[in-house]
Amino acid sequence: MPTVTMTVNGKKMSAECENRTLLVQFLREKQGLTGTHVGCDTTQCGACVVHIDGLPVKSCTTLAVQNEGAKIVTIEGLAKDGKLHPMQEMFREHHALQCGFCTPGMVMAAIGIVDRHKGEPTLAEKTVRHELEGNFCRCTGYHNIVKAIMAAFPLMKG
Amino acid sequence: MREITGYVGKPLLRREDRRLLHGEGQFVGDIVLPKMVHCAFVRSQVPHARIKGVDFAAARRAPGFVTALSGRDIRNVVTPIAGMQVSIPKGWRDRFHYHIDVPAQQILADDKVNYVGEAYAVVVAEDRYKAEDAAELVEPDFEVLEPVVDVDRALKPGSPVLHAEVGSNVISVMSTKKGDGAAALARAKHRIKRRYYHHRYAAMPMECRAVVADYDIRTDSLTVWSSTQVVHWIRKEIGSILGMPEERVRVIAPDVGGGFGGKGHVYPEDVLVPYLARTLRRPIKYVEDRFEHLVNSAHARDNFHDLEIGFDDDGKIVCIVDDFVIDSGAYSPVGATCAANSIAHLLGPYDIQNYEAKGTLVATNKTSNAPYRGAGRPEAAFAMERAIDIAANSIGLDPILMRLRNMVPPERLPFSVGLPYRDGVPITYDSGDYPQALRRAVEELGGLENFRRRQAEGLAAGRYLGIGVGCYVEGTGVGPFEGASVRLDPSGKIMVAVGANNHGQGHETVFAQVAADVWNVPIDQVVVTTADTAAVPMGYGTIASRSTVTAGSAVVHASAKVKDKVLAIAANMLETPTADLEFRDGAVGVKGVPDLKVTLKEIWWASRPGWDHKRPPDMEAGLEANHYYEPPTVTWSYATNAAIVELDPDTGRVTVEKFVAVHDAGILVNPLLADGQVRGGLVQGIGAALYEEIAYDENGQILMGTLADYLLPTADDTPPITVIHQEIPSPSNPLGVKGLGEGGAIAPPCAITNAVSDALRPFKAEFNATPVRWEQVRKVFAEAGVSTPRGRG
Repeated sequence: MPTVTMTVNGKKMSAECENRTLLVQFLREKQGLTGTHVGCDTTQCGACVVHIDGLPVKSCTTLAVQNEGAKIVTIEGLAKDGKLHPMQEMFREHHALQCGFCTPGMVMAAIGIVDRHKGEPTLAEKTVRHELEGNFCRCTGYHNIVKAIMAAFPLMKG
Repeated sequence: MREITGYVGKPLLRREDRRLLHGEGQFVGDIVLPKMVHCAFVRSQVPHARIKGVDFAAARRAPGFVTALSGRDIRNVVTPIAGMQVSIPKGWRDRFHYHIDVPAQQILADDKVNYVGEAYAVVVAEDRYKAEDAAELVEPDFEVLEPVVDVDRALKPGSPVLHAEVGSNVISVMSTKKGDGAAALARAKHRIKRRYYHHRYAAMPMECRAVVADYDIRTDSLTVWSSTQVVHWIRKEIGSILGMPEERVRVIAPDVGGGFGGKGHVYPEDVLVPYLARTLRRPIKYVEDRFEHLVNSAHARDNFHDLEIGFDDDGKIVCIVDDFVIDSGAYSPVGATCAANSIAHLLGPYDIQNYEAKGTLVATNKTSNAPYRGAGRPEAAFAMERAIDIAANSIGLDPILMRLRNMVPPERLPFSVGLPYRDGVPITYDSGDYPQALRRAVEELGGLENFRRRQAEGLAAGRYLGIGVGCYVEGTGVGPFEGASVRLDPSGKIMVAVGANNHGQGHETVFAQVAADVWNVPIDQVVVTTADTAAVPMGYGTIASRSTVTAGSAVVHASAKVKDKVLAIAANMLETPTADLEFRDGAVGVKGVPDLKVTLKEIWWASRPGWDHKRPPDMEAGLEANHYYEPPTVTWSYATNAAIVELDPDTGRVTVEKFVAVHDAGILVNPLLADGQVRGGLVQGIGAALYEEIAYDENGQILMGTLADYLLPTADDTPPITVIHQEIPSPSNPLGVKGLGEGGAIAPPCAITNAVSDALRPFKAEFNATPVRWEQVRKVFAEAGVSTPRGRG
């Protein structure tokens, strides 16, 4: 079995895995990072979104071995010193989660949206809704998720 | 506005959120136990076949193989779950003509498979990848049988029969009436009959189902974690099927990633996985994948209503006669619940004197049909609300005005409908204002006259706008009961446990709000446990829009029992009569004397068993009580949903311009959470109206295997939605609350279908089936020879 080395949430990690092991399984089963979820297996739902080298990626659609040397950030890596990331904080404040299953992937994708538009003066609701298409939520109807992302935009622009 | 003095009524942020936002939620799939093995099920790829044999020879040679079982291997060892998992009270049986013969599903199919996705074998291996590898090597020997692919064929003489023990494909028939439906119909000035079809779709929670089980030999006990809405039901089935005292079976639903009814009953895996844990003496995990969820977890709806409405020249409805058929799929684990709900809810908020309804459940070679958010109500509302629109248009009356003419006015509440509810008690609409909900919804859309003007102007310019409403009433907080356990902890904290299962509703927050007010303590002094059979001796579960009503009331009553003792002990400690004492800020104090008090912690220590306690003479030790709240009957929520749509003649695209819901769930314990739940339900209903569908081909093969085939609404598909809460208190329970979990999903299909039909009125097109497909809309325009400038030529 090959050994894969990557930096996960700032820590260098190595583990053996089969060639066919998906990144999401590698994170969940080899690293114990169960915050990243599997909702569909086929790249529609977005519950498994993590950041690979700064970009949001569905971790069910990439093999662990493809990510040799990559820098991965998962939902567990967002909070600093117990303080929630502004996106997490806005999700909480706007009641943007109910069952919480889609939430980790949703938050990672949402950060990706803000990152892509950080240089712009404002973030349009239409843009958020369109760019959130790859993440399903079955509980909230998206209303509060969109509100949370809009509220996080100025905070993350800094 | 009501004055909010305590926690109930405040939009508090949730206790659940921190762990979920940190990625520290605990879903069943996250559980890892030492020496754990994994299982994969082998599921039928054909809809109907006799099982002649199952060959595990190749699977046994696969790496990591542990064991495999077929249905025949466990026959008589792991017997089926009851065919119908709910009971029917006498009061209902006395008023209904019925026949219910719901077949039980084998834990693993042993004789026949009856739908694509039914499991006939299970393979256990050292990890999930290996289990799936081995499962692929299992060779079935099937004699393929002719499938029963729709209800029409299922009911024809000579059709294959799914369940020989039932003798026909009709697994249930029920009917009831009030007044004289047929005679009233004969006398009616106008009568219109149509077939209304509400299609097959499903709850589709983001977390699929999952079960982990661990057996402890020392205590001969099982601990089972299941992604379920009903831990106590699972405990009961495991106890009886595996022959264990229920006390030795602990079922926990940790964080559950949505349910919406789809996880509201016991599935075969809930029993088989624990059986395997006990047999193998190793912890075992099963996590359903999305394909399995689509083919094996319960589907919903799939109803044909042949409904006839009789009405007079003024639009007054004189009778409704409805004969409906439910395509049940192969089994019907929650029995005839949806049919009974449809019959009880069909008359909606209207005063209609004559009514006959008959529902028939028909077995077909499809995945089982079970309650999903709304459970019989969306189907009934769809038929009824479409019928009203068609009737109104036939006499040149605006459908919204026709509704106002027929609604029960608020001054006639409480209103006796003249039918029994599913709990056997005669239906009484207990509180609300139905016409006001309708008026406010239409006003929120800009008013009816304004819209009709816009519509006419649009039409002149080649734009097709439509308005549609959907009104319903919903019995909520149904029995039989819910349990709560309340105890005072030595730390002074109030420990509350409820039988209701949390799967996104925010129970840990909501029941803390209820208990904090009842005890008059800071909310941080309340600790809430949900969905653990070890925490409450008897419970029912989170289904049927009932938790706030039933578990909330149980918390109030259980608390009252403990508070009585607490007060008596405090009286003893303070040497003051109980009448002069009050609960305040985590203590019991003397009224009017701020400094004279004893804290709850001090009272616990005074109450403890043993020497030097300060209990009154003859009082037993222990500050704890269970209460099983048995609601007298349901309390009635209701809503009006209203939509404006615009149709694109070139593509048939349906754009929902604006959607409004005016909803009444009585007192909202937490308005933030209530609003979130109603919105979430509305978007599920919009998905049902426009996107979501489970289809089968003519051979009984399911066509949806991934979420690329099953279209969930996305953020981009979701229209602007306004939610207005009426908050008229329920007189039926101590909190004044009504249920709200399901309501959102009930009326969008009828409101949107009515709006689409309204937009197409110039062509007399009627949309009497869901979902509304763009190609159908486009066909109407094409057949009418309509094209827009950019589509012309």
